[in-house]
Amino acid sequence: MLPFVAFITMFLLIPTGEIIVGAFRTVNGAFTLSNIDDIFHAPYPAAFEFSVELSALSALIGGIFGFLLANAILHHGVPRWIRPAYISFSGMAANFAGVPLAFAYGATLGSLGVITVLLKHLGLNIYPAFSLQGLFGAALVYAYFQFPLMILLMVPVIEGLRTEWRESASNLGAGAFTFWRHIGLPIITPSLLGLMVLLFGNALSAYATAEALGISNLVTIDIAQLVDGNMTLNPQAAYALALGMIVIIIVTITIYSLLQRRTSRWLR
Amino acid sequence: MAQVTVPVARPGSHRLRRARSRVPIWHMLWVVLGALFFLVPIYSVVEFSLQGILPGQNVFHWYLTVFDDPNFRSAFWLSVQISLETVAASLVLMVPTVFWVHLRLPGLRPVMDLVSVLPFVVPPIVLIVGLAPFIKSLSIWLFVRPEVLSLIYVVFALPFMYRALDAGLRAIDLQTLTEAAESLGASLPRTLVRVIIPNLRAAIIGGSLLAVAISMGEFTVASLMGFNTFSVYTFDIGMSTAYEGVALTFVSFLLVWGIMLALYLLGRGGAGAAAVAITDEKK
Repeated sequence: MLPFVAFITMFLLIPTGEIIVGAFRTVNGAFTLSNIDDIFHAPYPAAFEFSVELSALSALIGGIFGFLLANAILHHGVPRWIRPAYISFSGMAANFAGVPLAFAYGATLGSLGVITVLLKHLGLNIYPAFSLQGLFGAALVYAYFQFPLMILLMVPVIEGLRTEWRESASNLGAGAFTFWRHIGLPIITPSLLGLMVLLFGNALSAYATAEALGISNLVTIDIAQLVDGNMTLNPQAAYALALGMIVIIIVTITIYSLLQRRTSRWLR
Repeated sequence: MAQVTVPVARPGSHRLRRARSRVPIWHMLWVVLGALFFLVPIYSVVEFSLQGILPGQNVFHWYLTVFDDPNFRSAFWLSVQISLETVAASLVLMVPTVFWVHLRLPGLRPVMDLVSVLPFVVPPIVLIVGLAPFIKSLSIWLFVRPEVLSLIYVVFALPFMYRALDAGLRAIDLQTLTEAAESLGASLPRTLVRVIIPNLRAAIIGGSLLAVAISMGEFTVASLMGFNTFSVYTFDIGMSTAYEGVALTFVSFLLVWGIMLALYLLGRGGAGAAAVAITDEKK
């Protein structure tokens, strides 16, 4: 037990403490608010904004389609083998993030990507309107790990909708649409939102994918630039930005756990 | 003529159509679109990695070029070495801890649950901002050695290692097994090694595979601390020669796929455990 406590203290608690303390200190160790003040000046507000937009959009795309897909593969009319195939592939895809993911999309929809070239042959030139560094392009890339993660997290939730509810609704004459509108969605909404908040946090902390895509105005990228090399360039600003991210993440988790509490009222 | 080409107006077709709409067209559409979304990038990677080859060169030119590069080999072996060290270190740290908590301190389990999610919640880039200066001030010697990455990856692997071991220990009757071993005269460490660990084999292998997957793919910390690991090499080569970077992308894909397959074959709902898995650290 003792080694574990020591390890957690050294590698988790002290670093977090360093960030919180460091964010309010000058290089010489005196107290200051100027690091925090820096966050509110260019280029950082724009970076926070883009981080939040990108995370929100990718969570939205991944969340909605993940939900639809989870619902689809659980439908009794869909061939049996599709379900395990989807779930295991999702396990793979949810982990296929980082540098390889960015390169995979470069090969697909980059300016010389296979699909880009194919579309060009068909007379549709997606560039320069589209770019993998733009909001939609990057959200599409992020969706590759968000969407399968949502499927994996959503399947148990939909399975938790008890069959009795469906049967009762159906006995009372409700079709699939009516069931979802009056029973399914109201019950599932908190966990649907909760999982999307989780996806939001998931996207927010992404660095490798963004770096390999060549996105420049993102909080994680800014932090990396500040600490690159020997971690000495401008640690003070990095502390403040890191603290900013911690604050956003704490808010995210709070919302998530509040929604989760609501969920547990109906679903186990 | 029209009747031949449009054979819709046959008797009973109305009913047929109704029956078919029970086979959910919309759901099938989503399933197909989802599959395309997953597979098109993978197809593109394969296709792209076979392009840009001069006449007379091998089809797998880019793969061969990369594999031949001594820098690639050293980066790959560095990652393998770090992965193995990560697995060893996290097992040494976590197995006795989780065992002890389950056996003697079950009241601490909620605390352990909470602590073990923390690394999942704190983004690697944030963690490293606080951790790197601390390690540096502690020991420059450690700061520049690749072993430091293994120690940091133990943090990233912790949620998955903990969950795997926790589930494994829940599934066995720990108290009875320990008491039986003790009444036969075995000391507690001996019980752990000879009785408990063999019973936890699946959990240990599962947790270790996830730790390997994390360590092999981790980019953020490795690149910021200046180590040339597999993913850092992939990044660098991709920036100079896109084809080679994409070829290595396919290699990483196979690697992740292999690990997930191994987890799946291991049973125990591998996909479920892998679900939340590595995403957080690798992005």
